[in-house]
Amino acid sequence: MQNLASFPNPFNGIIPAEKEEFVNDLTTLNLGPTHPATHGVFQNILQMDGERIVSGVSTIGYIHRAFEKIAEHRPFYQITPLTDRLNYCSSPINNMGWHMTVEKLLGVTVPKRAEYIRVIAMELARIADHLICNSILGVDSGAFTGFLYVFQEREKIYDIYEEICGSRLTTNMGRVGGMERDLSDVAIAKLKKFLKEFPPVYKEFEALFNRNRIFMDRVIDVGVLSKEMAMDYGFTGPNLRAAGIDYDVRVMNPYSSYEDFQFDIPIGENGDTYDRFMVRNEEIWQSLRIIQQALDNLPEGPYHADAPHYYLPEKKDVYTKMEALIYHFKIVMGEIDAPAGEVYHAVEGGNGELGYYLISDGGRAPARLHFRRPCFIFYQAYAEMVKGMLLSDAILVMSSMNVIAGELDA
Amino acid sequence: MPFSNEEVLQFIRENLGAEPVSVSEPHDFLTVELKPDQLLPLVGALKSHPEFQFTFMTDLCGLHMPEQVGKELGVVYMFHSWASNTKIRLKVFVPVASPLVPSMTAHFNSANWMERETYDFYGIIFDGHPNLKRILNVDDMDYFPLRKEYPLEDQIRHDKVDSMFGR
Repeated sequence: MQNLASFPNPFNGIIPAEKEEFVNDLTTLNLGPTHPATHGVFQNILQMDGERIVSGVSTIGYIHRAFEKIAEHRPFYQITPLTDRLNYCSSPINNMGWHMTVEKLLGVTVPKRAEYIRVIAMELARIADHLICNSILGVDSGAFTGFLYVFQEREKIYDIYEEICGSRLTTNMGRVGGMERDLSDVAIAKLKKFLKEFPPVYKEFEALFNRNRIFMDRVIDVGVLSKEMAMDYGFTGPNLRAAGIDYDVRVMNPYSSYEDFQFDIPIGENGDTYDRFMVRNEEIWQSLRIIQQALDNLPEGPYHADAPHYYLPEKKDVYTKMEALIYHFKIVMGEIDAPAGEVYHAVEGGNGELGYYLISDGGRAPARLHFRRPCFIFYQAYAEMVKGMLLSDAILVMSSMNVIAGELDA
Repeated sequence: MPFSNEEVLQFIRENLGAEPVSVSEPHDFLTVELKPDQLLPLVGALKSHPEFQFTFMTDLCGLHMPEQVGKELGVVYMFHSWASNTKIRLKVFVPVASPLVPSMTAHFNSANWMERETYDFYGIIFDGHPNLKRILNVDDMDYFPLRKEYPLEDQIRHDKVDSMFGR
């Protein structure tokens, strides 16, 4: 840090002589907890030398809701709504990750059709997640238009969610053993419409940003993250790939039939804010590719596994068949014991490896459930990354990391 | 191509010079229980091993198992070798009376907040941690909420008995 005392004092004559000694002092700045530029409830206490950040301390936990404790007291199907509220920008991925964890514990095999529907839902969620992140980055660098423009498209994704599961933001989508209902004709029609209408819109968004000189000047070489630091701090997901490491759970440990699809994993070079932006852009195109393939090759067959102990029977069966009524009652009341066991299952969430570590002691609720939240792990590097940076750049770095408060605090 | 569990286990046995406390493979995930003082040297060896390269710590979390007397509190570590796509899980258990575990921040910076979180919820003390204080809960909380003896619901709420939900 350059000693500011060597510069001519710009406050000469403005600040009274007896206060002069304070001019070169460091300022403490509270960025957050509720600051419009942080997009979530978290606080950073920054030591500022003028506009430069000398050091920072991140304080988190403002929306901690004790999900791990609650999960120890709930039957498995009641934990799905908790996972909605982790990364609330891409709830379906969280839901599916949780269902797959439980299915792994129970040894349930899900039919192909359900897996493909899940892939469609998860990739839609990834698009929605990346859309928010990238367009918010635009807002923080002064370009509001793109944000409003792609939010219309996010709305269409939410309409498709609504057709699939009935809700929009906190979706509670799918069930242990498959999906709660088949893809309806309306949902397929909306999907096809989206696949046709979204690419030209996103091309326009990219035309607005990708080679925009003003935007590039703001983000290139800002918040550079080296490979070594990324690994050391536990980065995963787009942020890690922007730093140049090609780790993607979908490819390394495929789940839910991801091995059936052709897609590329975009990699950045410098690990700066621009690379993170571009990696997310490209991932959106790859997600569209996956959705298109899944829709074209959607297998026929059942949309849920034959697991009567865990999968709610159809409503008309509940009214007419005794077994269905019994299972319905037992599942809803949470009276089904799960087998004892220990599983870890990870999915590629919007922000990285979203893992569920579940220990069951043979009871009705987990004995221990730990969420590996990518945001929580990589956000600790933020204070280190923004050292020596301008405050306005630090804001950009935060939005390009896509820190979601719900996932940060669980 | 992932290394087989036997190969990794073979290396761990040689490195420790003794049999680990226990070994299991739930769902093919190699899980090795260690004594707390064996942890850091072994993780260092696994990290710097030229073939295994367990250079990424996926997860770190706490456990509370009151029925294991003398080994009530535990810490679970998960490591991932991206070079070979091998995963390994290590566990250490300590008595609740003196919950002292060496800090993994010596090897991985990502352990910093994860250990703070584990301390916050289970009261496990990480020896050598640079800044061990609560992270998600308020600083003046005087209990460790994820321990089993702390009930979930407010005790005056009789309409929300946990036993109705299986616990």
